[in-house]
Parts: sequence; structure tokens; C-alpha cells
Amino acid sequence: MTHITYTECKGGRWFGTAFVALLGVLGIGAASALYMEINGHVVSGMNNSVVWGLPHVFAIFLILVASGVLNIASLGSVFGEMGYKPKARLSSVLAITFLVGGLSVLVLDLGRPDRLTVAMTNYNFRSIFAWNVLLYSGFVGIVGAYLVVQMTRRWERFVKPVGLLAFLWRLILTTGTGSIFGFLVARSGYGTAVLAPEFIAMSLAYGLAVFLLIRIAIDDASDRRLADLLLDRLARLLVIFVGSVLYFTGVYHFTAIFSPERVEFEAWILLHGGLYTGVFWIGAVALGLIAPMAMLYNRTEVTRGRVALASALVILGGFAQLWVILIGGQVFPMRLFPGFEVSSSFGDGVVATYVPSLPEFGLGLGGVAVALLLTMIALRLFRLLPHEEA
Amino acid sequence: MSGCGTDKTGGCGGGCGCGSAAPSAETAIDAGRRAFLGGAGAVAVTTLAPTVTLIAYGTSEAQAAGADPAKRWGLLIDISKCADGCTACVTACKTENGWEGGADNQQDSQWIRKVSLRDPKSGVTRSAPVMCQHCALPPCVDVCPTGASMKRADGIVLVDKHRCIGCRYCMMACPYKARSFVHHELEDQKPWAPRGVGTVESCTLCVHRVDRGEAPACVSACATAGGAMLFGDLNDPGSEIAKAVASVPTKQIRGDLGVDPGVRYRNL
Repeated sequence: MTHITYTECKGGRWFGTAFVALLGVLGIGAASALYMEINGHVVSGMNNSVVWGLPHVFAIFLILVASGVLNIASLGSVFGEMGYKPKARLSSVLAITFLVGGLSVLVLDLGRPDRLTVAMTNYNFRSIFAWNVLLYSGFVGIVGAYLVVQMTRRWERFVKPVGLLAFLWRLILTTGTGSIFGFLVARSGYGTAVLAPEFIAMSLAYGLAVFLLIRIAIDDASDRRLADLLLDRLARLLVIFVGSVLYFTGVYHFTAIFSPERVEFEAWILLHGGLYTGVFWIGAVALGLIAPMAMLYNRTEVTRGRVALASALVILGGFAQLWVILIGGQVFPMRLFPGFEVSSSFGDGVVATYVPSLPEFGLGLGGVAVALLLTMIALRLFRLLPHEEA
Repeated sequence: MSGCGTDKTGGCGGGCGCGSAAPSAETAIDAGRRAFLGGAGAVAVTTLAPTVTLIAYGTSEAQAAGADPAKRWGLLIDISKCADGCTACVTACKTENGWEGGADNQQDSQWIRKVSLRDPKSGVTRSAPVMCQHCALPPCVDVCPTGASMKRADGIVLVDKHRCIGCRYCMMACPYKARSFVHHELEDQKPWAPRGVGTVESCTLCVHRVDRGEAPACVSACATAGGAMLFGDLNDPGSEIAKAVASVPTKQIRGDLGVDPGVRYRNL
């Protein structure tokens, strides 16, 4: 493969329809953000027990996808798997667009989104959050540079070093995202270092699942096809990534059983948590991890439909997993007085209630729309897709 | 079905007919791109602009200047003197600082609350006021990305309402559930207790009173109700609170976390 021809999408009926539909979703997201900004978070389902809600589930999912989807490009540039090189540009673009989508949700959910400049000019370097602001903006810059050197023939020699930098940066970035929770000692569901590698595994699985779905959608809308061999390899890779999420999920919960600090929370989330227990076992584990692995493991031949369905399940399971980690970790009461039964007017001793409101859902969907619209704009403007698959 | 343009970088991959793209075709595609970019830009601006409204108003400066680094303000609460049904401290705090939560609405702020405790083995019950514990190593200050959560030199932990962006990470990090997020617009605020929608707040240890040499409102109210609360400088060996802490066993809530709260409890 000495030369690869890349093309931009011309547009057309499918493109236009999808674009307009996504603009509609973006409008819903913008209206939701505006509604929450004008009225305050009183119109959300969030409260003083569950301080991060559905928008954060969407935001963190999108940020994990952004980091993981870059893996396709890394396979070509960093690990020398040349078969993935034609997919590197799309992979890099998706990394940027999904990060922007996720950050849009995070920023618009702030109590004071108008103070974004404050966040960008005042850094507390003891805060992993502040580090993440730098990690996220650095990620956009580095992946942007990575894309430019990929698209500029005379800078081809820089592809590998810049690709390596992007690869390392995204590992640190996802470690930072997992550490947002890993550093919290206040709540029984968090405060464990295993969340950092677990988030990396999740990012790889969700990123690849999103990449596969988007590629299959692009294929369906155009005359190109992912080569069967490559589809097969990516499907096997997805099994490995999903398996590693299963492993880290197991480690996270198993180690907690032996921690006096976390054992009550574990018993609740695994056995007695009602909706949260159901979402964990059925949504995150059965549908999101076991089912896609069973669908793709050890198949002599995988079909596009099977890969698409498995990828969709991985994404669904990802939302379930993040719902359990984020919301489940917050609704469980804090242990202020271990050994005592406690009650108060502020929800001490009881499992908190959280019912997300429509604006929260709209805001989350808006973030997805931002990611997909930016991707479509990039596909329309730049030569990102190989004209003919190798 | 949408097609794709057939420009190339590098050589032709074959089969696409792009290798010899005529200049006119190239120009046509570029014009298409430009038109698309223009349209997309216009839509983006009209869609996003309304959301980026800059409602730039502040609340008030948090009182940070003038604190004495030699002092460590703290509380000692004897819960054997704290009656189960008594909420004098809570009421005083509400009146002093102008918050109204407490009716089991989890979106309302609560700077201080009474927590009922029951030992399931012995059946013994207790009641304890819980507020910001003004930690020496406050997790809320550590995690705050902008430095809005801060600790004064004299140990009082505050939120700078001008700098708080409302990310709520401090609420995730506080082991005492001592912080509240203002979910709705506020009116008739007290000038000495600035609050603002979209920002986080918590007990200020009545810093405005402390700075003029008075005890916090909860302590003053408790003095006439049950006398369970003692306020003073933990660093001053001659102070009543320091003497009490040195002479009787006291506990810090979740002392195992190592955050060294400035609020101590007796008979817990």
C-alpha cells in the first residue's frame, strides 16, 4: 500500500437528512442548556446528594470514546499495523469531535457556564479537575497536529512521533478521567486506583464500538466497504477490549468486598440496590459485556450486522456502566458515623433519589449531536476517508 | 446514496477516476466545500449563540484577608448536651445567613443539620449537629479546579463566590456532605453572607462574626438552649476549647480520613 487516495464526502440526500436531523437534536440540546441556565439546576433532577447526573454520564461517555477511538490511528502509527493506516484520519477526527461533544455537555452543565474564562485562567494544580482542563485542551491540540501531519505528505516523517505523543497523551488523559473518581475518599463507591485502568479499558471498548458503528454507517451510505479481514480483526479486538472491561469491573467489585470501607456499598450495588443492581447486572454486564463477547468470540466469519449489533450493545452497556458508577456511587449514603443508624433532614442514612429531567437528557443528547455534526462537517470538508479499502 | 469527491493526496488508489481530476472539477468541489462551510458556520452561530449568554454578575468577595495564621478556629460539641429535638443551632444559622432549606427538599441548601444517631446494638440514641468541619486538609480545597474553595490562614474553609464555576466537584469530595449547591435564584440575601445561584456554599463558621470578635450564631444560640457548643482558638493553649480538647476525649467525624477537622465531638 504505497499510496492511499482519500476523499471528502460530497454530501447527498443521506448526508443532508442526517445533518438536518442532528441539527434538530443540537437545537434540543441548546434549548435544554438555555432552560437550565435561565432557571438554575432546580429544573434538573440533580440535588445536593446526587450532584452529578445524567449530563455527566453522557459527558464522560463521550470523553472516554474520544480517547479510545484514537486507538485505530495508534495501531497504524505507533504499532506499525499498516492495515489500519487508511482509518487513521477518521479515527483522529472522531477523537477531537467526541471530546468537544463531551466537554460541551460538561461546560453547559456548570452552575456558572458564563465563568468558563475563570476556569481557564485560575488553576489549582492540586486538583485533578484542573489537570484535566489542560489534558483535554492538550489532547485537541496534539490530535489536531497528528491529523495535520497525516494529511500533509511532506510531513509524513512526523506521523509516528506525533502519533506516539497522542497515544501517550490519551493514556494519561483517561487516567485523569478515572482519577476524578479514584481520588475521592468521601464516597464508598469511589476512592480506588483501579478506576483509572478500568476507565482506560472502557475507553478502548467504547471508542472501538463507536468507530465500528460510524464506519458501518458511512459504508452503508456510500459505495465503500471495510475489508472482511479488517472487520474480522476489529471484531476480535473489540472482544479483547470488552473482556478487559469485564476483568477490571470484576477487580473493582471483588476487591471492594474485602474493604471495610466499601463492603456495605458493594452488597448494596451487587445485591440490594434495586434499579441500580438491575442496571449493573443486566445492562452493564449481561447486555454490555457478555452478549457482545458471545456474539463475536471465536467466529470464523463475522457479518457487518453482527458487528454493528455487538457494538451497539457495548455502547448501551457503557451507558449502564457509567450510570452505575456515577449515580449509584452518589445515591448510596456516606458513612459519617460508621456503626450507627443515622437519619437527618439532609438524606443521611438513606439511599438518595435521582430522577433525571428532560432538559438533562436533552443536554446529553446535544453533546452527542455536537460530536456527530462536527464529524460530518469534517467529513464534508476534508479528505478523511480512503476512496477504496485495502 | 451519497457519493464522495475524488480528490487525492498521494497517488491514485485506482478505480476512482480521481488521478486525473480536471481543474474544473477540483474548483467545483472546493466551491461546494465553501458553500457547505458557510452554511454550517451560519447554523452553528445561530444555534449556539443563545446558549453562551454571559450573565456576569457576582455575589461578594469571600472574606479571606486579615486572617491570623497563628489561630485555628474550631468547635467542640458535647453531644450528651445536645437534645434530640433541639434545632436552635440550625434556626440561628438560617436566620443569620439567610438560607431556608431543611424541609427534606434535597435541592435546598443546608449549612448545618441535626443528625440522629442510634447504636443498633445498645439502642442508645444521640443527636449531633453536622456542618462544614473546617478541615486542616480539606478535600474540597484540593479538588476545586479554580481555587474558589479555599482555607483561610486561621483555618476557616470558605467558597469564593466570584470564582466558583459550579462544577460541584467539592461536593463530591466532601466526606461530610456539608456543602450545598444553590439550585435556584435567590432574593434578599444577607450582605455578610453572599450566596448565588449556580455556586456552592457551606457553613462559613460565621466568619463575619468571628472577624469582629463574636462567636458563630449557632454557638450563641446553643449557649442558651443546651450549652453543647464551644467555640475558640484550638492553637491557643489558654483558650477554653483547647483546654477542653486537652483534658477530655474528643472525636473528629471520620478522623480516619486524616483530613483533621476543626470541629470535634465529645461523648460521641
